[in-house]
Amino acid sequence: MGVRIDESVLPYSDEEMEASYARVGKVNDEMKAAGVWVFGGGLLPSDSATVVRVENGSTAMTDGPFAETKEQLGGFYVIEVDDLDAALHWAGKAAEACQVPIEVRPFGGVA
Amino acid sequence: MDLTAVYRDEYGRCVATLTRLLGDIGLAEEAVQDAFAVAMEKWDADGPPRNPGAWIVTTARNRALDRLRRESTREARHAQALLLHGPDENEEEVGPVRDDQLRLIFTCCHPALSPLAQTALTLRLLGGLEVPEIARAYVVPEATISQRIVRAKKKIRDAAIPYRVPGEAELPDRLPPVLTVLYLIFNEGYAATTGPLLRTDLSAEAVRLARALADLMPDEPEVLGLLALLLLTEARRAARVGPGGELVTLAEQDRALWDRALIAEGHELVRRCLRRDRPGAYQLQAAINAVHTDGDATDWAQVLALYDQLLALRPTPIVALNRAVAVAEVHGPGAALDAVDALDIPGYHLLPATRADLLARLGRTHEAREAYEEALALAGNDTERAFLQGRRDQLAQDRSVSRGERA
Repeated sequence: MGVRIDESVLPYSDEEMEASYARVGKVNDEMKAAGVWVFGGGLLPSDSATVVRVENGSTAMTDGPFAETKEQLGGFYVIEVDDLDAALHWAGKAAEACQVPIEVRPFGGVA
Repeated sequence: MDLTAVYRDEYGRCVATLTRLLGDIGLAEEAVQDAFAVAMEKWDADGPPRNPGAWIVTTARNRALDRLRRESTREARHAQALLLHGPDENEEEVGPVRDDQLRLIFTCCHPALSPLAQTALTLRLLGGLEVPEIARAYVVPEATISQRIVRAKKKIRDAAIPYRVPGEAELPDRLPPVLTVLYLIFNEGYAATTGPLLRTDLSAEAVRLARALADLMPDEPEVLGLLALLLLTEARRAARVGPGGELVTLAEQDRALWDRALIAEGHELVRRCLRRDRPGAYQLQAAINAVHTDGDATDWAQVLALYDQLLALRPTPIVALNRAVAVAEVHGPGAALDAVDALDIPGYHLLPATRADLLARLGRTHEAREAYEEALALAGNDTERAFLQGRRDQLAQDRSVSRGERA
């Protein structure tokens, strides 16, 4: 589950951050108790991103995220559930806690 | 035996049951199509079986097993395991199971799928309609429909959209899209977006699916409400179009042409809903149609009271527009025009058409004509266009009269 944030509204105030951490922490605990939690974390804003690509055999680096849009991946959850309805149930809880939209995508394969 | 009729009746039921047995919609469709191909040869030679549905399911199951044994992919092994160890392994002949259709309709109408995909998939899998038929009904290219169906089936598989009836707690979120899809299918058959007005096959399919849903969920008042709404609307079909194919308004319809059996069934359903006293949008619309079909003339005050309730529940401009029609009958066209003028529904021909009618009744002929022109520019189907043209031309005659009066 990808957490989408609108970076144009950053930064959040300290109180906002604290309240958000408390809500998200509670949902994370619920996921762990339900046995669906695999991994999760928040990302720093996209101005900290660097894109690496290989062109003509040499590695090139550019500053910034893939796409320069205000909507960026703000964090993600990896959960393990039986079907989409279960994933949507947890995504709903997480979206409520983070107060931002969440994109749910299945894994194609896991290394 | 007419194999086409069997196909239409049994396809959806068989695909639904095979989907449970195989765990995959694509495999289920292939198996059912295989079975119908076998049926075409066998039934010709040996005569049709007593229970065609059961025969198709059993044959499809055996064909699927043969096919899966030859393949060695992970999905194939999974499906084979399901088939061999499923709950039906000891049954001689497995017939279609009704609950399977209910599961499948909830899968097809999952909110994670786009509305067009939900409708197309429901018509294809449960209605047994072919892609060209669906494309014709929705006036989109065949490639679009088949692409949507392929993509939706892929998403169902990849995202693991479950094949089950949602639990009580999820039902408030999951039932509305199912009802919406059935309502849209019916409506497309009742007032087609383009071409001739009525597409009887689509309406009949929606009624069949709504009946099946009401049969399977008799305790959901909105399901009963939807079925009642469809039946009471369907009951007036024969009276709605005149001998020349022209649209006949409710007030001018020959009530002798209404289907009394459908009306009685619809009224009984509305009474059942009233007893449960858990009103919803479909139940209220059904109740409005029950008033229209009760006695010799519509009790407009009662219709208006029901529209007030509906508007409180669904405050949409379309409901407000329909309510305005009742306002005109109870409080006069002036009051109705005030209500209509407050509305904005871009691209909806019935808004200017209603305005035109109210203006005409108020004697404001010039404005009425303009409103009819506006409605004509937006109306898609031939019958409604002819109706609006007729009304507009009627105005021209009235105008010469009213001019004479003024002079």
